[in-house]
Amino acid sequence: MSADPLVIAGRRFNSRLIIGTGKFADYQQNADALDASGAEIVTVAVRRVNLSNPDEPMLVDYLKPDQVTYLPNTAGCYTGQDAVRTLRLAREAGGWNLVKLEVLSDVHLYPDMAETLSSLKLLVADGFDVMVYCTDDPVYCQKLQDAGAAAIMPLAAPIGSGLGLLNPTNIQLVRQAVNVPVLVDAGLGTASEAAAAMELGCDGIIANTAIAGAKDPIRMARAFRHAVIAGREAFLAGRIERKAYAVASSPMTGLID
Amino acid sequence: MHLIINGEDHDDLPEGLSVAGLLAHFGWPERKIAVERNREVVPKSAYAKTVLANHDQLEIIHFIGGG
Repeated sequence: MSADPLVIAGRRFNSRLIIGTGKFADYQQNADALDASGAEIVTVAVRRVNLSNPDEPMLVDYLKPDQVTYLPNTAGCYTGQDAVRTLRLAREAGGWNLVKLEVLSDVHLYPDMAETLSSLKLLVADGFDVMVYCTDDPVYCQKLQDAGAAAIMPLAAPIGSGLGLLNPTNIQLVRQAVNVPVLVDAGLGTASEAAAAMELGCDGIIANTAIAGAKDPIRMARAFRHAVIAGREAFLAGRIERKAYAVASSPMTGLID
Repeated sequence: MHLIINGEDHDDLPEGLSVAGLLAHFGWPERKIAVERNREVVPKSAYAKTVLANHDQLEIIHFIGGG
């Protein structure tokens, strides 16, 4: 176990990168990307089976639930009742109670925070450990923590946009406003943005489209793995102060004539 | 027997099916899915003893890729 584990609701993880399982070419590519990413958690969606085709390829055949932690999401749920219903089924399917709550609006898939907060309360009352996808509003993030969120997961930018870390100031304010882990979820486009988020003090990153949509998803998964490690190390090391003047790195004494 | 499964009508199912029997009928492996009956989750341990009634509404779900 790493000396610097990510701890969420009492569970310890070596990797601070969580990857999605949507939008990959197929489940095998997804499994290869997981391997390259070093991630120990994957987000997954809950959907109806295709009754007429029991032999279709299934996610659990490629990403083994006994080898990687499944984080079921509530994508497609617009109310707390929908979210609870979906995650109760997920809990029965796999036995997990660590879940990702996302209650979205139809405004660019932005989180509906009022509905997210009321859904969170229902899920916590039902015994779930809830990682909450949310806006980067530090006040609302505090309310989520107070309602029992296991992790706060503000967006970097709209889902799937690849616009990167649009408001690093707010991400930092969120980090300072809560004590539970903060993971930047959604909107990242490339590895350096994951490193930048980690340098702000974030505890982890969730990436899906940035990896699955890259020309070479396996290589991008590896890039994110290194970026998250690099960003975490840089944060712990502590960056230098910014100065508006030059300071020589080489001594100015002992020069040859 | 008539059941509504994942929003679709199924009129031609054998009488007295249990949840386990229904899954076997369609060929779905129990360990990869979860079942809700009339909006209540059916525990896997109860699949064999849960006998379905005419017009029950069932949801059968599994995990797919998502973000």
